Amino acid sequence: MERIKALKQISNQLEKELVICNIGFPSRELYHVKDSPQHFYMLGSMGMASSIGLGLAMALESYEGKEGRKVVVFDGDGSVLMNLGSLVTIANQKAQNLILVVLDNECYGSTGSQCTYASTTDLKKVAESVGFQKTFFFPESKKNIDFTTVLETEGPVFVHVKVKAGNADVPIIPLEPEDIKERFMEAINLTY
Amino acid sequence: MDSSQAVFDGIKKAGIDFVVSMPCVNLGKLLEMIECDPEIIHVPVTREEEGFGIAAGAYMGGKKPAMLMQNSGLGNSVNVLASLYSIYKFPILMIISHRGTKGEPICAQIPMGEATPGLMDTLKIAYVHPKTPEEALKLIPESWILAELGGAPLGILLDISFW
Repeated sequence: MERIKALKQISNQLEKELVICNIGFPSRELYHVKDSPQHFYMLGSMGMASSIGLGLAMALESYEGKEGRKVVVFDGDGSVLMNLGSLVTIANQKAQNLILVVLDNECYGSTGSQCTYASTTDLKKVAESVGFQKTFFFPESKKNIDFTTVLETEGPVFVHVKVKAGNADVPIIPLEPEDIKERFMEAINLTY
Repeated sequence: MDSSQAVFDGIKKAGIDFVVSMPCVNLGKLLEMIECDPEIIHVPVTREEEGFGIAAGAYMGGKKPAMLMQNSGLGNSVNVLASLYSIYKFPILMIISHRGTKGEPICAQIPMGEATPGLMDTLKIAYVHPKTPEEALKLIPESWILAELGGAPLGILLDISFW
């Protein structure tokens, strides 16, 4: 399926979860199909989505315990490859409330679909080899992504979703970076 | 006053409760103190850039973050500082072991040591330069207040002679 469809299907199954979304077209597509103050859209810093998600998840876990709100990261194959060390840190820190979704189109989609190594290097196997114990795989042919089991699984969870290359024709996000951050922090609504 | 103890006391006084780190030989004692403190979440990272990402997430989750790093790691972090910290206005305290300064025994540390203040200036990141443990104890909590008010990173450059 197309990435925008995967983003729509997954985000529509989220309620309380907080979302960190990768730079470029993934954020634009998510904003287009479903906007929420519970979404943090990255406008720069390629590769940092999983790291931002880990920091947020660890902070929330420190107040709420493992029953607390979950953090869902929408990352890409190129971005994961840029910050592979992050997988090692996440697996070792064992954030139970973190779900890392890699929407893998085997290319750098936002810059003209140049190939990544994800067509030959299996990112799910990479995640498993660095210590992720809970991994899921959705092939590109999958018509419907049921996220129920993923959301019920104790993290850190690695979800590998193969998607078609290409971007939807969606405009840039009309929000200032500070506004994205401020409304996200208000949505977290810390009462500690 | 012991230099590592002074930096630790400054961090505690600032209310820092989330620390990401890459080691430096000069930060060794401080890292042990951070690791042993039950009020501080300590996340050793694989690369400084990653640490800045983690710290930004922790800040949005209500934490007061600091990074313990060697100045060589500033080079690994330029893009995240510019296109995440600068545009979204994230605060963080950067506790930096400044290698390549007077007394440096390793020649490879010299170029990055010399480039560090200029890089900080180019990135418009303010920094202080405590020369003694007493200065560090005073400047670190003040620096966090400035970082949080300004929504920006603030550097604490600690030369070889500081330790």
